[in-house]
Amino acid sequence: MSLIKKTAAELAEALAAGETTSVEITQAYLDRIAEVDGAVHAFLHVDGEGALAQAAASDARRAAGTLKSALDGVPIAVKDVLATQGLPTTCGSKILEGWIPPYDATVVARLKAAGLPILGKTNMDEFAMGSSTEHSAYGPTHNPWDLDRIPGGSGGGSAAAVASFEAPLALGTDTGGSIRQPGAVTGTVGVKPTYGGVSRYGLVALANSLDQVGPVTRTVLDSALLHELIGGHDPRDSTSIDQPLPDLVAAARQGATGDLSGVRIGVITELAGDGWQPGVMARFTESVELLVKAGAEVVEVSCPNFVHAMAAYYLILPAEASSNLAKFDAMRYGLRVVPDGDPSAEEVMRATRDAGFGDEVKRRIILGTYALSSGYYDAYYGQAQKMRTLISRDFEAAFASVDVLVSPTAPTTAFKLGEKLDDPIAMYLNDLATIPANLAGVPGISVPSGLADEDGLPAGFQILAPALADDRCYRVGAALEAALASQWGGPLLDKAPELGSLVEPVETLGGTA
Amino acid sequence: MTDTLVAFDDVLATYDPAMGLEVHVELNTASKMFCGCPTEFGAEPNTQVCPTCLGLPGAMPVVNAKAVESAIRIGLALNCEIAEWCRFARKNYFYPDMPKNFQTSQYDEPICFNGYMDVDVDGEVFRVEIERAHMEEDTGKSTHVGGATGRIQGADHSLVDYNRAGIPLIEIVTKPILGAGAKAPDVARAYVAQLRDLIVALDVSDARMDQGSIRADVNLSLSPKGSDQLGTRTETKNVNSLRSVERAVRYEMSRHAAVLDGGGSILQETRHWHEDTGITTSGREKSDAEDYRYFPEPDLVPVAPSRDWVEQLRGTLPENPTARRNRLQESWGFSDLEMRDTVGAGALDAIEETIAAGSTPQAARKWWLGELARRANEDGVEVTELGITPVQVAAVQALVDGGSINDKLARQVFDGLFAGEGTPEEIVAARGLAIVSDEGALSEAVDAAIAANPDVAEKIRDGKLAAAGALIGEVMKAMRGQADAGRVRELILEKLS
Repeated sequence: MSLIKKTAAELAEALAAGETTSVEITQAYLDRIAEVDGAVHAFLHVDGEGALAQAAASDARRAAGTLKSALDGVPIAVKDVLATQGLPTTCGSKILEGWIPPYDATVVARLKAAGLPILGKTNMDEFAMGSSTEHSAYGPTHNPWDLDRIPGGSGGGSAAAVASFEAPLALGTDTGGSIRQPGAVTGTVGVKPTYGGVSRYGLVALANSLDQVGPVTRTVLDSALLHELIGGHDPRDSTSIDQPLPDLVAAARQGATGDLSGVRIGVITELAGDGWQPGVMARFTESVELLVKAGAEVVEVSCPNFVHAMAAYYLILPAEASSNLAKFDAMRYGLRVVPDGDPSAEEVMRATRDAGFGDEVKRRIILGTYALSSGYYDAYYGQAQKMRTLISRDFEAAFASVDVLVSPTAPTTAFKLGEKLDDPIAMYLNDLATIPANLAGVPGISVPSGLADEDGLPAGFQILAPALADDRCYRVGAALEAALASQWGGPLLDKAPELGSLVEPVETLGGTA
Repeated sequence: MTDTLVAFDDVLATYDPAMGLEVHVELNTASKMFCGCPTEFGAEPNTQVCPTCLGLPGAMPVVNAKAVESAIRIGLALNCEIAEWCRFARKNYFYPDMPKNFQTSQYDEPICFNGYMDVDVDGEVFRVEIERAHMEEDTGKSTHVGGATGRIQGADHSLVDYNRAGIPLIEIVTKPILGAGAKAPDVARAYVAQLRDLIVALDVSDARMDQGSIRADVNLSLSPKGSDQLGTRTETKNVNSLRSVERAVRYEMSRHAAVLDGGGSILQETRHWHEDTGITTSGREKSDAEDYRYFPEPDLVPVAPSRDWVEQLRGTLPENPTARRNRLQESWGFSDLEMRDTVGAGALDAIEETIAAGSTPQAARKWWLGELARRANEDGVEVTELGITPVQVAAVQALVDGGSINDKLARQVFDGLFAGEGTPEEIVAARGLAIVSDEGALSEAVDAAIAANPDVAEKIRDGKLAAAGALIGEVMKAMRGQADAGRVRELILEKLS
């Protein structure tokens, strides 16, 4: 098997066995990026030189016996919403074009402290607003399964990078599904940890009360390895939880044995039915049956308030975002547009924000500004917070009788680029199943469940657990992954088309602002 | 444009003033409100900054526990209730000196609320009710360059220093102060003065109005006499001395009255105070439509001070300044006037410490409000800024009490102290200031004076003892002041009896 097709755990083993070096691995991924990223456009910035230097340092540590972590020397890609000292961080926006942060996000600092070479920064919807990566100001990312289709969003770049073997690991961020939904439509694994489980310091906030950094990988075990590395308390993030993580790697290994006896699983009745693609539902039902075979007890559970999750989310998110994005005013960093004449500071701010933000960002700033306005606050933001409480109570009630809740990750497989660009509501509906977890702060994982019959594209299976019980996602996820792999005779990504034959760069599809 | 004004007494004939005072106190914590940057005043611009206080993308705030402690202590000293649970909120508006374009403040959940302060105005106690005291962060500081006035209008460009951005502030807001009438300006001044004293006693701020570590905003409105409806208010920003607080209230009362008398209405607006000319000018219009879109700061967790901690902090409060003043006045036996002068001169602590170092209350008062106050006045500084310590003053007085010098010589000892010539004892020795106790020399001087003034000597022999004063003066002059006047008198009377 070629180096790039190995999982992160396998790469770590190969390194430990002295079969390869970090420089060799890193160079293989850089070669792969050079080969296919013209077509995929998963990366906004590739730091070949930096990655190779870090890889060489890792090899030196290995020779000296001073390794920093189990993944020392295994390269990784980082979503461009995380601050990286010395590397551009654009958040997919023109307004931050050319900005180079003077500091590292805590998760990036932890990657460096663990010795993972950073390959580069991955594409995303502008400020993480979107479900298709079409809202990137730098052009969309293409789904490696079908280059005419979206890779999900907002973290389409990280998911596509991993799915197209341009990186073994990536970091994503998930505000309403931006890790899990891209995972589902690219046939990869994505985890949204418990809110507060991974530091947000250095994550350029979309909606602070919903955002969470998490792993994007090809296997459940790889996610667990990465999650343990980035997770845990950070004094720089007041919302980070000051207690140790559960043993996630052990949970993934336990799940991989295929035994789920004693595990109670609830199927969420509200997250199925009309509008859900039959092929997605078929793969979901089969997966549930596999879990039953593994010994789990499965029941139907109703979460009646989930139907309001979308409405609450699209008030809370824009409200927080409208305030977060106020700092982009041309005064200190980023784009500065100076109108003709002798403009005032306010006029420079206005011109810069007009030119620097895309349509979706402007739409949400306007929504959020309105929702927070005096006289409307109680009716919109206030009500949304109440709905949020009710959704949390639905989770509490459900978790009183089951250990995990499951649903399809997204209602459909990947749609075509441009298909939903002019219909924001249709776009928003992609996150129907993933949003409740963000509103309640509970962890979730998306694991590939197979290919839909209609279009042969990947579908995702979502597992949600109570706050702080991220280990349950890993156990059940690994069990499903193992059962499916034995059915398929290997990982789902083996079925993906061979991108290496693509030599012509693909024209940018779909219009972006 | 010059405002039309109505004479102060005439204002009161027609209107009742209502005031609201908002005082911002910059805390003296070592680090900023939400990050670890230092807070020292006067550093090179933009050297005390980090991703958090610069509002860089991705950076996050963490609450400074010491600032919370200071806020609670201020609240307790103002007789406030302390919230069991409160949050920070974002106050959203665009301004170049505000790094995030929102200020992290508190909105409907302040940490301290419902308090009061009893203010002493010329011996009369006036209760000022406190609505709230809340925590927030300061903004950066803009300097407008190239204009004639230093204001943004006409400036060529502006520079922003973010060293001040994120410095912890406590904003203390009064309820409307009603019924002060003609004393409104005095009440405003006395409130801010007493609040400053309290802040000093709590040691939570440098409390320097001249450096902006205490800044007052004065809200004022007038309503027709007897009306229970408050009039439209103006908010005069950044009034930065006690005298200016008084003058700003007085000015706005006179200006409002002129507008209202002329049939006009007051525009609800922010006004700028001009220290030099003693007037206010219109700033930005502040209509009710201004919408800060407050919402709870999602990057911070609620502040929930335990009751145990609050009670523990209550135990650290200094004595209430009014109670302390009453206690000291009684213990020292000062008259009301003496006490008021002492407080007015800012010499209360100095006198207390001088007494603690061994002086009598009257002797301590004599130096601090006499000789030292005179010198401070000459130098244009506060008496406590002269560089003379209470221990030194007590040492000088001890030399007087011991008879080695007198008050007149003591002034020369102070000269020596200012010149840094050593301890009072060393100065007396080095300058040869000690009173001459050599009976021989003294006796010779007395004999000489008697011989030179036979007529005066005759009067004394005849029993007119009051005439001795002239001879004493003569002797003291001959001895260059270094004689004990009492002993001189005794010698004269002995020799002429």
